[in-house]
Amino acid sequence: MAEDNILEVKNLQKHFNLSGDRVLKAVDGLNFTIKRGETFGLVGESGCGKSTTGRTIIRLYEATGGQVLFNGEDVQKMSGDARKKFYRDMQMVFQDPYASLNPRMTVGKIIAEGIEIHGLYSGNQKKERVNQLLRDVGLSEEHAGRFPHEFSGGQRQRIGIARALAIEPQFIIADEPISALDVSVQAQVVNLFKKLQKERGLTYLFIAHDLAMVKHISDRIGVMYLGKLVEVATSDKLNAKPLHPYTQSLLSAIPIPDPDIQKQRKRIIPQGEIPSPLNPPSGCPFRTRCPHAMPECAATMPPFKEVEPGHFAACHLL
Amino acid sequence: MESISKDKFQLAEKTTNAETIVRPSLTYWQDAWRRLRTNKMAMTGLVILILLSVLAIFAPMFSKFDYETQYLKDIDLKPSWAHFFGTDDFGRDLWTRVWWGTRISLFIGLVAALIDLIVGVLYGGISAYFGGKVDSVMQRIIEIIYSIPLLLLAIILIVFLGPGMKSIIIAYALTGWVGMARLVRGQLLLVKEQEFVLAARTLGAKPARIILQHLIPNVIGLVIVQITFIVPSAIFFESFLSFIGVGIRPPMASLGNLINDGAQYMRYQPHRIIFPTIVFSLILLSFNVLGDGLRDALDPKMRK
Amino acid sequence: MGKPILEVNNLRVSFKMYAGEVQAVRGVSFTINKGEVLAIVGESGCGKSVTAQTIMRLIPSPPSYIKEGSSILFDGKHEISKMSERQMEQVRGAEMGMIFQDPMTSLNPTMTVGAQISEGIRKHQKLSKDAALKRAAELLTLVGMSNADERIHQYPHELSGGMRQRVMIALSLACNPKLLIADEPTTALDVTIQAQIIDLLRDIQQKTDTSIILITHDLGVVAEMAHKIIVMYAGKVVERGTLNDIFYNPRHPYTWGLLRSVPRLDSDRNNDLDSIPGTPPDLYAPPVGCAFAARCPYAMQICKEVDPEHFEVSADHSSACWLLHPDAPKVDMPVGVGRGSHG
Repeated sequence: MAEDNILEVKNLQKHFNLSGDRVLKAVDGLNFTIKRGETFGLVGESGCGKSTTGRTIIRLYEATGGQVLFNGEDVQKMSGDARKKFYRDMQMVFQDPYASLNPRMTVGKIIAEGIEIHGLYSGNQKKERVNQLLRDVGLSEEHAGRFPHEFSGGQRQRIGIARALAIEPQFIIADEPISALDVSVQAQVVNLFKKLQKERGLTYLFIAHDLAMVKHISDRIGVMYLGKLVEVATSDKLNAKPLHPYTQSLLSAIPIPDPDIQKQRKRIIPQGEIPSPLNPPSGCPFRTRCPHAMPECAATMPPFKEVEPGHFAACHLL
Repeated sequence: MESISKDKFQLAEKTTNAETIVRPSLTYWQDAWRRLRTNKMAMTGLVILILLSVLAIFAPMFSKFDYETQYLKDIDLKPSWAHFFGTDDFGRDLWTRVWWGTRISLFIGLVAALIDLIVGVLYGGISAYFGGKVDSVMQRIIEIIYSIPLLLLAIILIVFLGPGMKSIIIAYALTGWVGMARLVRGQLLLVKEQEFVLAARTLGAKPARIILQHLIPNVIGLVIVQITFIVPSAIFFESFLSFIGVGIRPPMASLGNLINDGAQYMRYQPHRIIFPTIVFSLILLSFNVLGDGLRDALDPKMRK
Repeated sequence: MGKPILEVNNLRVSFKMYAGEVQAVRGVSFTINKGEVLAIVGESGCGKSVTAQTIMRLIPSPPSYIKEGSSILFDGKHEISKMSERQMEQVRGAEMGMIFQDPMTSLNPTMTVGAQISEGIRKHQKLSKDAALKRAAELLTLVGMSNADERIHQYPHELSGGMRQRVMIALSLACNPKLLIADEPTTALDVTIQAQIIDLLRDIQQKTDTSIILITHDLGVVAEMAHKIIVMYAGKVVERGTLNDIFYNPRHPYTWGLLRSVPRLDSDRNNDLDSIPGTPPDLYAPPVGCAFAARCPYAMQICKEVDPEHFEVSADHSSACWLLHPDAPKVDMPVGVGRGSHG
C-alpha cells in the first residue's frame, strides 16, 4: 500500500427490493478511498444515494455487491468480536438533531451508552469521562441530567458528536450533520468537527447536500448523482476547476451573500427535476438536465476516469 | 436620552454563559402528569374510578349482608338506611350486590387488560423487531384471529367450559390481544427506524439493550393509553354476556346480570336497574375520558 | 415604491406554557410598501416565523396571545390583530397569500392540483368551475410548469418537491394577493431546485408587483431578491435597513456574525469559520439588557443592564446596539463583512 488508506470502497452497490419486483439502485458501483486523517466530503442532492453509502459502509445496511475495506479488512466479513471492535473504531453522527437522541434518556446516559456497551469505564470514571466529553463539545456537566428536548438543534448535534466520540473512534461518518441547522450554528458545528479532528487525528466521511460548507471542511470531495460518483477531486481543484457539468451547476447554485455579485453573476442552473432513482435515464444519469448532452450520453455511461492526477470525472466531454 | 455614566461603556468581562438552560427540567412522566393534571375531565374520571374501586373493594367487606344470602322476609324493599340500594326479589341486599358486581367487572377488565398487555406487547414486539418473513407470518396469523367473531367464540367456549368468569376471560383474551399487538408493532416499526436506534446499533448495542433501553420506553405511553381503552371494553363484553344470560350467573353478582334482573322490574322498582346502570356507565365513561386525557398527556408529538 | 401595504407596530406575541410565558415576539415594528420585498432574517427561534404566522393569524390562541398595544395594519384599513376568524377568512388567500416551507404537508393529498387551486379562486371570486380551472392552468404556466393542462389533473404525490413548491406558489397567487408571505420557501428543497424557485419568485414579483415578506436564514437568497431587510434576534428587531445597508454597512454585531458565518469562496480551509458562539436565549426568561450580550464579543457593562433602543444610522437604517451610542468605544466592522468580502 503506497498510501495509508483507512477506507477503501470498491465497486460498492446497494440495491433495495421494493414491492412489485422493482429494484431501487440506491448506490450503484462506487469506488473511492479515504486517507487516514483527511476529510472526504460526499455531496449530492436527495435520492443520490449519499446517505445510503454512509449507512452501508458502517453496515447499517448489508451491501448488495462490492467491498468496503476498513484498515485493510473486509467490513462485511466481520462478525462477533471483530464486528464489535469495528464499531469502536468507526462511528456515525446523524442528520436529524431531533430524532437522533432518545427522548426518554438523559444526555448523560446517551453519551455514556457507548462506554457501557464496550465496558470502557464505570462508576465515577465514567461520569468524569461524560463530563469531559460535554466540555469538549462546548457544553457543561450541568447538562448531563437534562433531556434532549430541552436543547437547541445545534446543542443536540453536539451531544450526538459527544456520543460518537465517547468510544474514541478513528473514523467518523457524519451523515448530513449540519443540514438541519441554521447557518450560524452550522459554522459552529463545522468548527467543532475541525477542532476535534486536529486534536484526535480523526478521519471523516462528511456527507452533505450542498457544497458551500463541504468545500470548507473537506480535503477531497466526491460528487454523487443518482447512485453514481460523477466527480472526485481535491476541494481546491473542484472549486477552481470543476470538470463535470453537474458539479459546475452545484457550485453555481450556491447563492453568494453579496447582492452586487449575486445579481451580476451568470449562473448555470440545471433545468428540470432530478429523475426518480427507480427509473434512471439510460447512459449518463445527468444527461436529462445537462446543457451539453449529446446522443452518445444516452447510449453509454461515460467511464469514471482520471483526467488529471487525483482528479476523476465521468463525462463524455472529457 | 438620559445620560449614562461613561464607565458603563467599558468592554465587559464574559460572565454569562450562552449555553445555560433556564427552564426547569422535567422527566417524561413528570411532564405527562403535569399535563394530565390540567385536564379536568380526565382528572374527574380518575377520581371517580378510584372512588368506585375503593367502594368495590371495601363496601362488600363492611356490609352487614353478603351478596348471595336470601332474606325472604325482606324481598323487594325500596332504598332505605338499612338497604341503601334496596333489595331484590330474593331479599338480597342490592348495595352489596352492586359493589360485588363492580368488583367482578373490574377484576375481569383488569385481568383481560393484563393478558392483552403481555401477549400483545410480546407478539407485536417480536413481529416488529425481527421483521421480514417472521413479521409476515405473524401478521397473517393475526388476520385469521381477527376474522373470528368474538361473540361466537365466547358462546362456543361457554358451551364447552360452562358459564362463568373463567370462560369470559379466556374468550376475551383469545382475541383481545390482537389490537394491542397491531398497535405495538406499528409504533415499533416507526421507532425502529429512528436515528437514535441506528445510533445505538452503530455503537454495537445488542438486541436486548436496544429493546429495553430504546424501543420499550418509547412505546410504553401508547400501551398505557391502549390499556385504558381495553379495560372498559372487556367490562362491556362481560356485562353484555351476563345481560343475555350466558355470562356470570346468579347468585354471583355482576353488573351485567344485575342490569338484566333490574330490567325485568323496571316499571315497578326502577331503583333495581338505576343503581347498577349508573355504576356501569360511570366506569365506562371514566375510563374513556381518562384514556383520552392520557393520550393527550403521553403523546410525544404534543410534547413541546 | 408605492404606499404601505402592511404596517406592523410594536407586535408582541407570547405563548402561555405550563412553566410560564414564552415571549416569542417582543415588540417588532416594520413597514412594507407596495411592490417591495422585505426579508426577515435570523436564527431559528428568533420569532421570524411567529411574526409571519401572526400576520396571517395562523397560530391558534390559546396557547398564543397577541399582547395589548400590538398593531398589524394591512392595506391601511384592516387591523389584523383585532379581526375575528370569520373576517380573517376574507383576507387570507384573497389579499394575503402564504408559501410554506414544506410543500408536501401544505397541499391536500386527496385533491388534484387543479381542484385545489380552482377551489381557492372560487372561494373569493365569482367564476364558473371551468373558468376557475382554466385560470388554474394559467397560473401553473406562470410558475413555470410545462403542459399545465395535464398537470391540473395530477395529485400532489405525483409531483416532485420542486414541482409541489411551484404549485404552492401558484395557489398563493390564485387571487392576486397584495401581499405574499414566504416562510423559508426553499429550505426543504435541493440546491439546484432552490435556485430555480428563487428565480421564479423574483420573476413573479417583478411581473405582478406583489409585496413579499421573505423569511429565511439563507443570506444568499436574501441578497438575490430583497429590497429591505430586518434582522431579528430573540424576538426583537436588532437591525433594519436596505439591502445595501445590511450587506455593505451593517452595524449590529449579530448581523456581522450572521454575515461572517457564511463560508466565503476564497476562505482558507485551515482557518476556522467565523461563527457565533453559544445558543440564543430561551424566551421563557429573556435576559435583562441586550439579549445578544451573552454571545457578543463587544459586550459592555451597559449591555447587560439596559436593552438598547434603535439608533438611527440613516433614514432607513437603524440598529439596536450600544456601540452606536456616542460614548461607546469605536469598533470597526470586522474582516469578512462589507463590500468585496465575497469577491
